[in-house]
Amino acid sequence: MNTSNVKKIFLLCALAASSAVLAVEGDVSDSDRIAQYREMISDGNPADFDEMNGAELWKKVAGPKQATLEKCDLGKGAGVVKGAYAELPRYFKDTQKVQDLESRLLTCMTTLQGIPEEEITAKPFSSDKRKSDISALATYVVGQSKGIKMAVSLKHPKEKEAYEIGKRVFNYRAGPYDFACSTCHATSNVRIRMQDLPNFHVKKDAQDAYSSWPAYRVSQGLTRSFQWRLNDCFRQQRFPEPKFVSEVTVALTMYLAVSANGAEYAGPGLKR
Amino acid sequence: MGNPMKIRAAAKDGVTEVKILMQHEMETGLRKEADGTLVPAWFITEVKAQHLGRTVLEAQFGQSISKNPYLLFRFKGGAVGEKITVSWVDNKGDKREDEAVIGA
Amino acid sequence: MNTEIDLARRKALKAGGGIGLFALFGALGLLRPGMAFADWNKTAFSAKTMDEALTAMGVATPENNAVFIQLTVPEIAENGAIVPVKVASTLLNVEQISILVDKNPNVLAANFIFPAGTESMVTTRVKMGQTCNVVALVKADGKFYRTSKEVKVTAGGCGG
Repeated sequence: MNTSNVKKIFLLCALAASSAVLAVEGDVSDSDRIAQYREMISDGNPADFDEMNGAELWKKVAGPKQATLEKCDLGKGAGVVKGAYAELPRYFKDTQKVQDLESRLLTCMTTLQGIPEEEITAKPFSSDKRKSDISALATYVVGQSKGIKMAVSLKHPKEKEAYEIGKRVFNYRAGPYDFACSTCHATSNVRIRMQDLPNFHVKKDAQDAYSSWPAYRVSQGLTRSFQWRLNDCFRQQRFPEPKFVSEVTVALTMYLAVSANGAEYAGPGLKR
Repeated sequence: MGNPMKIRAAAKDGVTEVKILMQHEMETGLRKEADGTLVPAWFITEVKAQHLGRTVLEAQFGQSISKNPYLLFRFKGGAVGEKITVSWVDNKGDKREDEAVIGA
Repeated sequence: MNTEIDLARRKALKAGGGIGLFALFGALGLLRPGMAFADWNKTAFSAKTMDEALTAMGVATPENNAVFIQLTVPEIAENGAIVPVKVASTLLNVEQISILVDKNPNVLAANFIFPAGTESMVTTRVKMGQTCNVVALVKADGKFYRTSKEVKVTAGGCGG
């Protein structure tokens, strides 16, 4: 028996012991097979329904002020949705803050429609039982940047500051597991079970990861926003749950978005 | 009354390709809530696609079809501007019908 | 439900001009509410095993034929909740294509009925509880043919 067979047998034993891993045969890797699977399901993304729903909500009269969101300024002028997401987060003069898409939507819903902030932030994410309006709105807005190159600015000092804070947050080790985002996302060829993890220090990885969120999560049957995605990262690191659109999540988004600059935005995505 | 479908139809070289995405939970009847109660089966049983009143595809679904069912098929004929109608019914008797115009 | 009678009824319905006759049946109370599309085969769709499903569909022993049936499935499904399945056939006079999932609690996933003029091809998505065979069953000129392929279903991880 040659060494490769011995290795094979050893591998098979190891595989029998761990249920979720599959053998690598021939030249086709599991990553290739997963890429093939993802390609096969790429048409017909259920996130389309959230986009449709969000588009309706954008034009719908709501809140105490009985207004629509059609005058909402997402950074490219009142009512301009096309391409807005590709330039977010950014600094907004009126609020004197760097805002990501969801925090800006929150501003518009509170100022234009007069909806109390607590009402919106009480349940910012969708569940089986209840769909979140702000999440649907975000899905609609990101869809309007499909195919547009990510171009997030660092010109304003506040934007630069948010980027630097985001970078620190990315590398900040804490929690009971002494974890940081960078523990999993700053090394190449790392995976959790079958999922290859993007290395944010590699431009292409960062671009592919960022430009495919928000996304419809097959395992949850729901479209998930970027704020949700970061919230889940914090949860997985066993950090305290961050406040919706808090400064820390916006700053982290800024860091990740800038890392993805130059990528053609491709969301909303479709993920396992 | 179910939620709207997304229907895309495109005619090319005398063949129309139809892509349908339906909004439906497609509950198997085997899934349990966190408290252990069984979520009753709730799924689309039949789908029918028609072009100018003529049936071009009939489908019957069971519980094994994915949530938000997807269909792709092709039929001979169909021209840009003509209508495709798709309807479904589920096991609770709910139904939905949507239309789409064939594009290029 | 008897498949032959079932088919005869469908033919009669087709001959009778579709909608009008459905409405008539409905008015006469011959259809259960929500079942205006007629012949959903409850026995077949409730079948727990491949044999039960085939029997309920009136299929004796389908001929294995991987040449004239093209079944496209991923080798690995990252999530069993969505497994894309494409079935096409180069057989003549394809009347029906069915998709069955070997180890699912309900084996029969879907039947597709092809009127003349519709290409013998369909793509859909099925749920799979575990790694097993996906079977494509094609009825052409009154005869049944089948082919199958295994899909490995992974548990999926966290993150994304």
